[in-house]
Amino acid sequence: MTDSSNGPALTRRAAYEARLRRRSALIAAGSSAVIVLAIVILVPLAPGWTAVKKSFFNAEVFARTFPGLLQAFLMDIAIFAWCAPLIAIMGLAIALCRDVRNPVLFPLRAFGALYTDIFRGLPVILVIYLIGFGIPGLGLPRPWNSPYIWGSLALIVVYAAYVAEVIRSGIDSIHQSQRAAAQSLGLSEADTMRYVVLPQALRNVVPANMNLFIALQKDVALLSFIGPVEIFRQAGVYKSLMANFTPYVGAALIFLAITIPATRYADYLMSRQRGRR
Amino acid sequence: MKTQTLCAATLAATLAAGSAMAASHADCAAGKTLTDGVLTIATGNPAYYPWVADDKPQSGKGFEAATAYAIAAEMGFDAGSVKWVRTSFDEAIQPGAKNFDFNMQQFSITPEREQMVDFSLPYYTSAMAVLTTNAVVANGVEPTVASLKGVIWGADANTTAVPMLMQIVGPEKDPLLYNDNADVTAAIQAGQIDAALFDLPTALYLAAVLVDDGTVLGQFPADRSENPDQFGLLMEEGNPLKECVDAAITSLTDSGALAEIEAKWLQEATGVPIIE
Repeated sequence: MTDSSNGPALTRRAAYEARLRRRSALIAAGSSAVIVLAIVILVPLAPGWTAVKKSFFNAEVFARTFPGLLQAFLMDIAIFAWCAPLIAIMGLAIALCRDVRNPVLFPLRAFGALYTDIFRGLPVILVIYLIGFGIPGLGLPRPWNSPYIWGSLALIVVYAAYVAEVIRSGIDSIHQSQRAAAQSLGLSEADTMRYVVLPQALRNVVPANMNLFIALQKDVALLSFIGPVEIFRQAGVYKSLMANFTPYVGAALIFLAITIPATRYADYLMSRQRGRR
Repeated sequence: MKTQTLCAATLAATLAAGSAMAASHADCAAGKTLTDGVLTIATGNPAYYPWVADDKPQSGKGFEAATAYAIAAEMGFDAGSVKWVRTSFDEAIQPGAKNFDFNMQQFSITPEREQMVDFSLPYYTSAMAVLTTNAVVANGVEPTVASLKGVIWGADANTTAVPMLMQIVGPEKDPLLYNDNADVTAAIQAGQIDAALFDLPTALYLAAVLVDDGTVLGQFPADRSENPDQFGLLMEEGNPLKECVDAAITSLTDSGALAEIEAKWLQEATGVPIIE
């Protein structure tokens, strides 16, 4: 009866727990402070620190190059914006291919499996070179040989393979009994997929797909290998002209400004989903 | 007795002075190299003709390989005391200890780079040249700045060709940039770019060997540019060897030896039309 934590006086147990919490908070703050101090004091003591500071954290170079980097980042955003929806559509199509149960359509199923095996197994940069230089090399006329088109396609086919696998795991997570129930109600196989399985499956895999899109946002920079001057390439040009790596640090900060909020959002979605279950 | 001693002393002094003259460059480098008695020189990976023949700098063939051995000899290192290593551009400019005494791979001297690393006196001043294909030329592209503004340009992102392109030509469409010569070549072959800007010797080599149907449309001569593309040896900032290298390059330039090496390896550079 006296065991109420809302009461004015703390019970002995509550007081003990509060003391414990205070103590661990103090220890955590203390150990963090020690680590931060050690980094702040010890790193500048290293003999090469002035040289490293001059070539990676050069304020003058940073100020000169940052506006150009921001400008170039618009290119990354544009490429991301047109790739992401196409990846979602193609990933879904491949996932559905892999779930086909009609024996006549077995070739589709085999295609889905082969597709994911190949494109998940290849390094992205190889696919970008192969599609970005190879297909236009076959003799396509302008503007159809643009590196923007074929480089984007390379990103799309690779990322669609990953997204397809994620969606398939979502589809597999819906219990077989739900399909049986839907069919007993008279739904066709296609309707079962559309109205019963997919709505649940897609909701389950939203956090996993968020992670893929964060990865895509960084891999857009790989398109610079076949010509487009996006932020990574622009930073490389500045690096070369000034023999200084600071522009890369600037580019990294711009990337982080996008990816950290996106990662936190994915975490939030995931924990909300756990809460619902 | 006295005059005799005096004579002997004078003779000895003269001899000493003479040998000091011959050995002055050699003494200069003593104790300043990475390994005593060995001169470590870095080149690219791979190193391209005509700078280094067959990617084998130790053969002494190719303009930069031959120049490197001439500089080494001037500094008192015989051919056996020269060691070659390979670095990328990024390795050459990274902070911290270097694994070379000097790095020789067509590094252009710029004031911005000069703040981070040391450059020797220039050993070559290059014209810039337009690499393209005969098919593009057949489409009506002419060696005039006005005509060149309208084409789609490419360049190696790691070179000073990028600002030169913007400055000299000022293309209407944004140029596409690549990691190395091989990628620029692939883009020309795929028809994604019409033309690319390189230093003249590199452009001639690419047109002759790597690009199918390739040609050098024309050149922007170095003496007409406000900041001509001058190549220097790259060294760690504050490297004490710099004065010895500079002395060696000065004496090679004055004696005409450098011009001879240039004539031997880069002679075809004449005869390319000049872009007005």
